[in-house]
Amino acid sequence: MTAIEDAALKLDPEEARRVRQERLERIGKWVLPLAIMVLAIWLWDRICVWNEIPQYILPRPGVVLQTLHSDTGLLFSSLLVTLRITFLSLLLAVIGGVGLAVLFAQSKWVEMSFFPFAIVLQVTPIVAIFPLINIYVNNQTVKLLLCAWIVAFFPILSNTTLGLNSVDRNLRDLFKLNGATRWQQLRYLRLPAAMPYFLGGLKIAGGLSLIGAVVAEFVAGAQGQSSGLASRIIEAGYRLNAPRLFAALILISLTGILIFLVLSLVSHLILRRWHESALKQEH
Amino acid sequence: MIQEKVAETPAASGEAPMLLSLRDVGKVFSNGVTALSKVDLAIREGDFLSLLGPSGCGKSTALRLIAGLSTPTSGQLDWRGSIDRSNIGFVFQEPTLLPWASVFDNVWLPLRLKGVSRAKAAPAVMEMLARVHLTGFENAVPRELSGGMKMRVSIARAMVTKPRILLMDEPFAALDEITRFKLNNDLLELWQDERFTVVFVTHSVFESVFLSSRVVVMAARPGRVFGELPIRAPYPRDEVFRTSPDYAALCRQASDVLVNAINSTAGPHHDGH
Repeated sequence: MTAIEDAALKLDPEEARRVRQERLERIGKWVLPLAIMVLAIWLWDRICVWNEIPQYILPRPGVVLQTLHSDTGLLFSSLLVTLRITFLSLLLAVIGGVGLAVLFAQSKWVEMSFFPFAIVLQVTPIVAIFPLINIYVNNQTVKLLLCAWIVAFFPILSNTTLGLNSVDRNLRDLFKLNGATRWQQLRYLRLPAAMPYFLGGLKIAGGLSLIGAVVAEFVAGAQGQSSGLASRIIEAGYRLNAPRLFAALILISLTGILIFLVLSLVSHLILRRWHESALKQEH
Repeated sequence: MIQEKVAETPAASGEAPMLLSLRDVGKVFSNGVTALSKVDLAIREGDFLSLLGPSGCGKSTALRLIAGLSTPTSGQLDWRGSIDRSNIGFVFQEPTLLPWASVFDNVWLPLRLKGVSRAKAAPAVMEMLARVHLTGFENAVPRELSGGMKMRVSIARAMVTKPRILLMDEPFAALDEITRFKLNNDLLELWQDERFTVVFVTHSVFESVFLSSRVVVMAARPGRVFGELPIRAPYPRDEVFRTSPDYAALCRQASDVLVNAINSTAGPHHDGH
């Protein structure tokens, strides 16, 4: 609705209230979290000052920001290492998760036989598996990748499997009627139908692959074998360099948010024309 | 069982060659439900045949058997001449479109599955879209269309392979009356131009009489053919026919047979469900 129409439209009190409410919500959605964030940072700063907390225990936000600037080279090179593991493992999780899901979709028997193994992998804490991986795998990168992959692939596998199995029955009959081959049914029907489910899994897996990478680095870093952000955190911890520790933490956190936003955008772009989840709310 | 047989006349396509006959066809599901029992049905080339009946009379099951989506427990289906699945078009109760694909791609689908490229399929797809009055909508996706338009896409998709027989499973049941009338008219127009055979499942007396050259009334528990009624009104049928006394009389006739069919169902649940 254009502004001109808005002005010309005579709204009754109820509708006017609704319009006002919507406008407030639109602004509040951005302003409120920002305001709370600013308030929290200010409070953090004040607590440091009021209680005279030493910098090696809780640095003031300004100091963290300064460290972020002064240690840029070190922190960003570490961030790149972590990002490399994160994205490689996410890629492998997509390939592995979708590949296994397609395999499962070929036959109920395959799914019944192998799905429990995927669950076992998922529910066993990665920290507990890592020492084993450490024994069996020599290559440092492969070690970390394997670790992050185990954490990230399950949501993609389970969501995509669900999607491939949720095809409308009539559409399946339609393909059967038209003599579609198994491959055609997969290509033109089941894979597109599974897309929203897969993208949902991808959003979860994106965050998990970062967590997986960091956890793997933590375990590996404890042995001085890694140069990612997690090892910077451990290192800073040993040296009581709290500002750097916080700076690294903030970088990881921002990376996670960025990954989520990018994957949400990808999902929106792919689904916006047809899927319910991407439709604008109408009333 | 009451059998209301009315002699077939030339107007009721008695002289056209046989396309398909169901002989003594029965279907029992694994849960013990007898969906169809001893169904005999003759479908002739160019028929517009309606299967009319209450819920649970097996009319949809009969359609699935004809489509080859299901196999009969007993009896047989005899196709005259060579017919394979590409000669069968199917329209479901819901439009059943691919929600991610454009209107063009949805109509292209049956040809695509047979290996026809987009460019080669384009003339047939565009012609079919014109026939169902959807020219200009080829790039829309289903959610941008109204219920009636979605159903038109569904019909275009079923017809794009030029099937000899079109099977329709209560295709207009979910539409509002105005849209349904419009689609009824357009379907008849299409049928008269192309002279394919239609088997149309419906629970609406009015719809079946308006469209069909023959109405087959079915009864439930077990699903069976109860009676048959030729509709001897000339085509083209239009809004004038829809409000004529002839139409009203035919509807009453069909309605009487349907009421008898419903009452013939034994047991306390004779009102269907």
